Amino acid sequence: MVADLFYYFIYPGFLFTAVVGGLIAGVDRKITARVQFRKGPPVLQPFYDFFKLLLVKETILPAKGSKITFLLAPVFAVFGASASAVLIMLPLLGIDAGFRGDVIVVFYLLTIPSLSYIIGALASGNPLAAIGGSREMKLIVSYEFTFILIIAGIILKAESSTSLYRIIEVQQTGNAFIGTASGVLLFIAAMFCIQAKLGLVPFDMGEAETEIGGGAFIEYSGSAYALIKLTKYMLFFTLPALIILFFMGGVQLTGIHILWSALKLIAVILLITLIRNTNPRLKTGQAMRFFLIWMNLFVIVAIVLSYLGY
Amino acid sequence: MNEKKVIPIGPYHPLQEEPELFKLYCEGEIVKDVKWETGYNHRGIEKLSESKSFDQSFFLVERICGICSTSHPFAFANAMEEIADVEVPDRAKYIRSIIGELERIHSHLLWVGLAGHFLGYDTVFMWAWKYREPVLDLFEMISGNRNSYAMFKIGGVRRDIENAKIAKIRGVLDLVKKKTDLLTGAIMDDPVIHARTKGVGILSKQDIMDYCAVGPTARASGVDIDVRRDDPHAAYPLVDWKVITAQGGDVFAKAEVRLLEMYESIKIIDQCLKGLEKEKEGKIEVVVKNIPAGIGTGHYEAPRGEVFHFVKTIGTNSPARHKIRAPSYVNIATFKKSCVGQTISDAAISLAAVDPCYCCTERMAAVYDYGSGERMMNGIELVEKSKRRTEEIRRNY
Repeated sequence: MVADLFYYFIYPGFLFTAVVGGLIAGVDRKITARVQFRKGPPVLQPFYDFFKLLLVKETILPAKGSKITFLLAPVFAVFGASASAVLIMLPLLGIDAGFRGDVIVVFYLLTIPSLSYIIGALASGNPLAAIGGSREMKLIVSYEFTFILIIAGIILKAESSTSLYRIIEVQQTGNAFIGTASGVLLFIAAMFCIQAKLGLVPFDMGEAETEIGGGAFIEYSGSAYALIKLTKYMLFFTLPALIILFFMGGVQLTGIHILWSALKLIAVILLITLIRNTNPRLKTGQAMRFFLIWMNLFVIVAIVLSYLGY
Repeated sequence: MNEKKVIPIGPYHPLQEEPELFKLYCEGEIVKDVKWETGYNHRGIEKLSESKSFDQSFFLVERICGICSTSHPFAFANAMEEIADVEVPDRAKYIRSIIGELERIHSHLLWVGLAGHFLGYDTVFMWAWKYREPVLDLFEMISGNRNSYAMFKIGGVRRDIENAKIAKIRGVLDLVKKKTDLLTGAIMDDPVIHARTKGVGILSKQDIMDYCAVGPTARASGVDIDVRRDDPHAAYPLVDWKVITAQGGDVFAKAEVRLLEMYESIKIIDQCLKGLEKEKEGKIEVVVKNIPAGIGTGHYEAPRGEVFHFVKTIGTNSPARHKIRAPSYVNIATFKKSCVGQTISDAAISLAAVDPCYCCTERMAAVYDYGSGERMMNGIELVEKSKRRTEEIRRNY
């Protein structure tokens, strides 16, 4: 019991993911600044932001709309992020807890943050937030189908096992999935999916600062917004970790392998940052077409390829 | 759920760098109607100008807009010189054109950056603004200021561009040209930018005629107008250049026109520099002692389109009437055509595509009742109210 609480709250769950995620967000901002010829904020800026929002800034509630739903939505988002974090991190770091993580549960938990954003946005009663929420909803409808197809492909490659432990084991005894043609296709589709899940350019139409002024999050302030920030930081670590787990054979925390594992993480983060810095924002319709037609085709080809053994 | 939702853009919004309010009446994400309220920036420049001397008015009209701060003095100088009937020396003509074209380059780079920002492409934003810096540095070298260069006066220019500086200007132009190549490549070849801008916010040739739109907005729809060519002034008839037009009428065509215009500007500046080298240094103005009574009009192709100044003088040392029409004043009205029927995303970039400059445009303020939307006060009442308020303040202190 105590061990489970430790897993959930400290390591490798809530606290660990939040701290590493915050650092990753800081590094992302620093790289972005470098790409744009700026100096950029200090790497610890996400933590300063978080604590300022949480402790100093006033939380302003919208005059119209449901206040309880509005405030509860970020809490659910943090829950979804931390629960999925612990389920992904346990197998990834090779900790043998009682519950052996299952990829289907992770899929469900990862949708909770996005759904919470939508609920919070609609509860705020702001028309801009409603637009942001509806955009986010359309985006979820389009990328989640691709995401579940990717998971199906992974399960197929992992000898029909849904266990995250088993997925790592198959890759560590054999080859990493990214080494095969189908693996590469699945990896590309998965990168776009997590880009959309993280709400980064080119899939940031739910926020779209210059169109709808922050969209789904426009009414959030103070500690409620701090929780949303926290969710984003955690996902910024959890989702790349999921990519490493799915395609790169997980990580090993012994000797030289630590360096290798860190390199994997840095490579995925770099890719995400580069995609977000070399693209304009897509329109909702374009993003839907991109996922529902092209990415799904991509993944189906990958699944057929992996069925044929490539 | 057939009720139209109002999506406000403004008065303070990340899309616009200046205060103004656009109300997009939407059904779902489709914009069905658009209304706008401007007037947040009203400064009474025309009235102020009547209380200034002609020389002071130059500095005043320069401050109408920070981005096209040469366009207004340029047009004003044209108007005044029509009244005074003076011919500017060639060297001053060249300098005027150099300043005007340098301004066009930095203004277009600014727009490219902002358009990138509005599309969520912040890298283009930062890069374009970085490459705009050398142009501003050049202005500082020439005039001492990055903006508001104070170069114009009746009968010539205030400062000379010494021949020693020409090499430096050429160097910066080469750099800007290289970087413009880079930006043009990045924008013209990016498939995602094509997807976001092609076929968006289309203005047909007829729309441009109907709304009397000017500048790159008109030229992107195939309307071949440019004051620099149509009413030759300064050094423009002395150099070889062409007016850029495009046929699309969409946001992409507007970007294309602006990017290609920067190359024309570089070409013009290069030829003007050659002209400067031939002229003798120091002959930059003719002295104008008196301004007779008369009426003068002057216009100039600002980066955003034709800026128009009308001046009436009565033989005193200040304008009796000074009327200014900025290009955004007519371009803003095209939103009615370009935004309706599009999604909010497209409407946002269509709003930005004409490069609206509100501080150039705004001339009056109106007060509306918040609840009923009825207009409450007219200009006279506002003046009365303002006088009452001033009295109140005086009493209290």
